[in-house]
Amino acid sequence: MNSIDSKGRALVIGASSGMGAALVRQLVREGYSVGGVARRGEALVALAQELASEAGSFMHRAHDVTDAGEAPDVFDELVSELGGLDLFIYAAGVMPDVGPEEYDTEKDLAMIDVNLGGCVTWTNLAARLFHTQRGGTIVGIGSIAGDRGRKGAPVYGATKAALATYFESLRNRLAERRVKVVTVKPGMIETPMTAHLDGLMMPVSAERAAADILKAARGRLFDVRHVPLRWLPVSLIIRAIPSFLFRRMSI
Amino acid sequence: MVPSDSTVGSGLPRRSRPTTLGPGAGVEYVEGWGMSTGARSRVWRPRSPGEVAEALVGARDRGASVALRGSGCSYGDASINREGDVLDVTRMNRILSFDEATGVADCEAGVTIRDLWRHALPRGYWPKVVSGTMFPTLAGAAGMNIHGKNNYKVGTIGDAIQDIDLVLPSGEQVLASREERPDLFHAAIGGFGMLGAITRVRIATKKIHSGEIDVAGISVPNIGAMMEYVDAHTDTADYLVGWVDCFGSGGAAGRGLIHHARYLGPGEDPAPESTLSLAHQALPASILGFPKSEVWRILRLLANEPGMRLLNFTKHQMGKLEQRKGWYRQSHAAFNFLLDFVPNWKFAYGRRPGTGLIQYQVFLPAESAHDGFKEILRRQQQRGLVSYLGVLKRHRPDPFLLTHGLDGWSMAMDFKVSDGRRHDLSSMCDELTRVVLERGGRFYFAKDSVLGPRAVEAMFDRDKLAAFRALKAELDPTEMLQTDLWRRAFGTAGVYTMSA
Repeated sequence: MNSIDSKGRALVIGASSGMGAALVRQLVREGYSVGGVARRGEALVALAQELASEAGSFMHRAHDVTDAGEAPDVFDELVSELGGLDLFIYAAGVMPDVGPEEYDTEKDLAMIDVNLGGCVTWTNLAARLFHTQRGGTIVGIGSIAGDRGRKGAPVYGATKAALATYFESLRNRLAERRVKVVTVKPGMIETPMTAHLDGLMMPVSAERAAADILKAARGRLFDVRHVPLRWLPVSLIIRAIPSFLFRRMSI
Repeated sequence: MVPSDSTVGSGLPRRSRPTTLGPGAGVEYVEGWGMSTGARSRVWRPRSPGEVAEALVGARDRGASVALRGSGCSYGDASINREGDVLDVTRMNRILSFDEATGVADCEAGVTIRDLWRHALPRGYWPKVVSGTMFPTLAGAAGMNIHGKNNYKVGTIGDAIQDIDLVLPSGEQVLASREERPDLFHAAIGGFGMLGAITRVRIATKKIHSGEIDVAGISVPNIGAMMEYVDAHTDTADYLVGWVDCFGSGGAAGRGLIHHARYLGPGEDPAPESTLSLAHQALPASILGFPKSEVWRILRLLANEPGMRLLNFTKHQMGKLEQRKGWYRQSHAAFNFLLDFVPNWKFAYGRRPGTGLIQYQVFLPAESAHDGFKEILRRQQQRGLVSYLGVLKRHRPDPFLLTHGLDGWSMAMDFKVSDGRRHDLSSMCDELTRVVLERGGRFYFAKDSVLGPRAVEAMFDRDKLAAFRALKAELDPTEMLQTDLWRRAFGTAGVYTMSA
């Protein structure tokens, strides 16, 4: 049950790029057995080659997180191969460009499916296992984008706000079962997802973000952790701005 | 993260929901109620007999083994399958019909004893046989052929069951009763899920005239006095159960408190319409002022040798006080479901999977029981591994093939399992098992975590065991229905005991 022989067993969803890939790299270097899931199989293969000589191990499956029917099989396979699970991180997310006059339902629903639907599908699987084995850590990636309803990204922000509530519920529900649920709220991270945005505010690299995320996952101090931490005061200020002012600003 | 790309709107597929049955839930950690053993498995939760058949046929086609599971209330590994899948029937939980004239209920497999009594009580009925917890499913209860504190009087739950539907490993759905396929009926009840999945249970309940029951506590100084009292009252009492302080030694060995109860007749309850309400059956929300959901944390502080010695001693002294108050009335739920008073009390034994408790319940024939129990209490005290809780009951034989029922007695004992005690505990259980088998005793699969194949050979009638194995070979030739218990106790190892 507990990791006696191995350093630990982790599953990262959205492992092929950005923060997900950075998390995989770091965990494998630390000696973890890591399972990775992403839509693009070739990126996973490349990552596996890159990590071949590291301390831990990396196994992977190509899977589209919107395929809720397939998810239990993929989860089962990977957890069996890992020999159990201690840490689960859902890092898949999309943030397509949304124009100021755009109301594209198709695009918005696809975003909900990946960011929210996929997350619930996968996190439920991990939550059920952790609940029944009375142990484990779940890391959910929210965002400062979920703090306020911004003009620029109505649905992206809404999915992240929904996730914050979902993870909070899981945290409270699973506390009795000794399962830890950490909500990470990244600020602006340099990843492929944000590459098309100009003028990132206080950006940090995906590697730095991954290191912070793992620190939060292991620490006891934060249930909700801004990454990097300096976003915490910024976030508090932004959340305090009254609505009538907020709508005149673009932050 | 998946990189942003301009075709996201049309390029990403919408989420597809599973359309086929599928286990849905994925893999989870499945453990026995005592938590001392468990394994990760895929868990299937079918909603109809058709889906049960589909799941079984699907498993057969994949070459997977399947363990059947109800609420997971068996203490050991009876519903665990570390080498395959688990089929959980709890989603099939409708009461299909209830005949208010006769009290016969027709229930789906996953209807629990709780569901049944809550349906029956306002209609003036109570289940004939209930366990000390209300959460087992009827299919699980039938598969284990459970008994209550009235086993000596009304038999096991199998005696109250009129007929059952089973889905066989082939996917075929059959009905079994005392008239129709009686061989299957008597083997599947008590057959611990090895012959087919029970999907429906028709069960009789008992007419009651009050939501309360008359109860008296009788404090006894030792096991001999306890057995004497019980034997003197089996004709008149509706329920008899003895709590045993296993720390009592010498002349005080087996000291404890008997609960003697009897149903009320018509007219004895001045206001049956009020006591026969669900509200009247509610278990207390707090215990000595503590919210009951947190009480296990207090018990945890006592879950050690001196703590339990003190707790048992105190309870014994309080038993003497209880005797002074004479007969009193208690709701049916409060009298029967003692194990449900403190939610998660088992966590007092440890919460880490692999630690917890085992229950070791020994059944001894009437003639050798007194001496056997004294020997068992003496040996555990000698080894310093004393049961934290002992419960004595009187039993009677029943017609089911692999029954634990006999004309005799049982003593159920809870032993704490921790990493440090595991080895000593299994060697003690091996020793005690021989004590039981030498005296013609038996064990009960719902409670078991230690039996090996030689014990199974020794405790059952040779012909009955052969008949059961023949039926298993006929109905399940590939041994698709398996549990850790099956592999442990019906395997080939030449041992009396082995730890689950």
